[in-house]
Amino acid sequence: MSVLIYIDNQDGKIKKAGFEAASYGVALAKEADVAAVAVSLGNVDESELAKLGNYGITKVLSCTDARFATLDNSAIAKALAVAANQSNANIVVLAHNNLGKAVAPRLAVKLNAGLVSNVTGLPISLQPFKVNKNVFTGKAIGHALIYTEKKVLTLSYNSFGVIEQAASAVIESFDPGLNASDFGLTVEQTQKVTGKILLSEAEIVVAGGRGMKGPENWTGIEQLAEELGAGTACSRPVSDEGWRPHGEHVGQTGKIIAPNLYFAFGISGAIQHLGGVSGSKVIVAVNKDPDAPIFEAADYGIVGDAIKVLPQFIEAVKELKA
Amino acid sequence: MKILVLIGNVPDTTTKIKFNADKTMFDATGVQWIINPWDELALTRAMELKETAGSGVETITVANVGRQETEATLRKALAIGADKAIRVDADAKDAFYVASQLALVSQGYDLIFAGVEASDYNGAAVGGMLAELLGIQSVSAVSGLQIDGSLVKITREIEGGSQALSVAAPVMAIVQKGIAKEPRIPAMRGIMMARSKPLEVVQPAETEIRMSFEAFDLPPAKAACKKYTEEQAKELIHALREEAKVL
Repeated sequence: MSVLIYIDNQDGKIKKAGFEAASYGVALAKEADVAAVAVSLGNVDESELAKLGNYGITKVLSCTDARFATLDNSAIAKALAVAANQSNANIVVLAHNNLGKAVAPRLAVKLNAGLVSNVTGLPISLQPFKVNKNVFTGKAIGHALIYTEKKVLTLSYNSFGVIEQAASAVIESFDPGLNASDFGLTVEQTQKVTGKILLSEAEIVVAGGRGMKGPENWTGIEQLAEELGAGTACSRPVSDEGWRPHGEHVGQTGKIIAPNLYFAFGISGAIQHLGGVSGSKVIVAVNKDPDAPIFEAADYGIVGDAIKVLPQFIEAVKELKA
Repeated sequence: MKILVLIGNVPDTTTKIKFNADKTMFDATGVQWIINPWDELALTRAMELKETAGSGVETITVANVGRQETEATLRKALAIGADKAIRVDADAKDAFYVASQLALVSQGYDLIFAGVEASDYNGAAVGGMLAELLGIQSVSAVSGLQIDGSLVKITREIEGGSQALSVAAPVMAIVQKGIAKEPRIPAMRGIMMARSKPLEVVQPAETEIRMSFEAFDLPPAKAACKKYTEEQAKELIHALREEAKVL
């Protein structure tokens, strides 16, 4: 028996979500007293895969087939099912990112496994198998039971954290035996955001709402984000108005984020917005309205004008860094 | 081309979440039910495609798994413009159960739309599971979609960017924000017409339950917000380092 962990890559590099999944899988395997095995699909070189050893992984199955670069959900699920069967895995762990949450349901069907997505920690019990997950977009926690022998879990970002523990990872070549007919997508163009901190990976996020009054006032938000190495985000009205791109919308129907620190400038904190950011470890709110619901969710707050407070924050951060 | 849009029946997104006394079930008292927001955007995009000359969309069918009380949500989908609705008459249990029921009524479509997740239990699983059960391709995090003959042209979000791709029908498109600008609101004429559109009720197939929720909790209450004045802005930043240790 084993715990199999799918480590996805971006252009051959493993990101934090992958190391977090590895950390979680290693801890889970230890609890279940079974082996932890990582699997990587696509062109990732051995020195990159060896980094998984820093998170306690001792064995990596690697299939360097370049065709996986199209992120074909069906083909990836098929390959993972082969890896799960080969390594006699009873639990498969994936990151709850765009790819992980797309592949996990297909894989669960292939393995006749019960699926719990967006889990927020290690199982509460292994027999019966019980694990917590976010429901109602972070407004509640569900205690999920899985009845099947095999289980598939996707891990909520930044909920477990990365745990470093030195081990030496042995990399084994893995052939899932896929044919050309298993791949069905033709990628025509890929656009990568460059020079910006990705919202999904940002440790700190600086966001603005309607209280910022207009797109011309975003300079302060961008400056503070730059000083902090943070990502920028906005509330729904702001993206609907076209002040900021849709990709920056955080909230129930936009992106769900869970950074260590979240700044909300001029955001009132509608229930849909809070759903998207309530996983943040610390929330700082600046809003003119003392009764704004954002203060219910915030850890630190200033009742005041966001546009006036921003330059002071920027200066204070510069001083801290100096 | 025949399109199927999967419809989830979920509590309005402004609902205050509460559970019954022993915390084993969502308390639906007084709850307003809506079309799952992403499913509504998917239906809107399907309508736009049907109205585009030369896209070749013949019909749009909507389907859900639910008891009779969920028909109001299906009627709303018909009022927005779907041609036909199918309801599998069963309580929507876990994602595998729902996908298995939908598999009964999802044969013969060229394009199936599902929302990226349902806003209640956030399973993010029905679309992918149904695609696997049907043995068709699925593309997730879809934020744009065009039809080009028998090809479906898709824009999807990937980690760190976006990607344009094409895939041959039949395909499952699992959509997120951006697929349509604004959800369409039913017009009076649509509401009138919806009354006479077909709504087929199908009996469920026996399917094993693979997971369920034993209980629910509300998140622990947060400590009161520490308030600073505009003049103390710098002190707040210092507290983030000294006290909260996040800087």
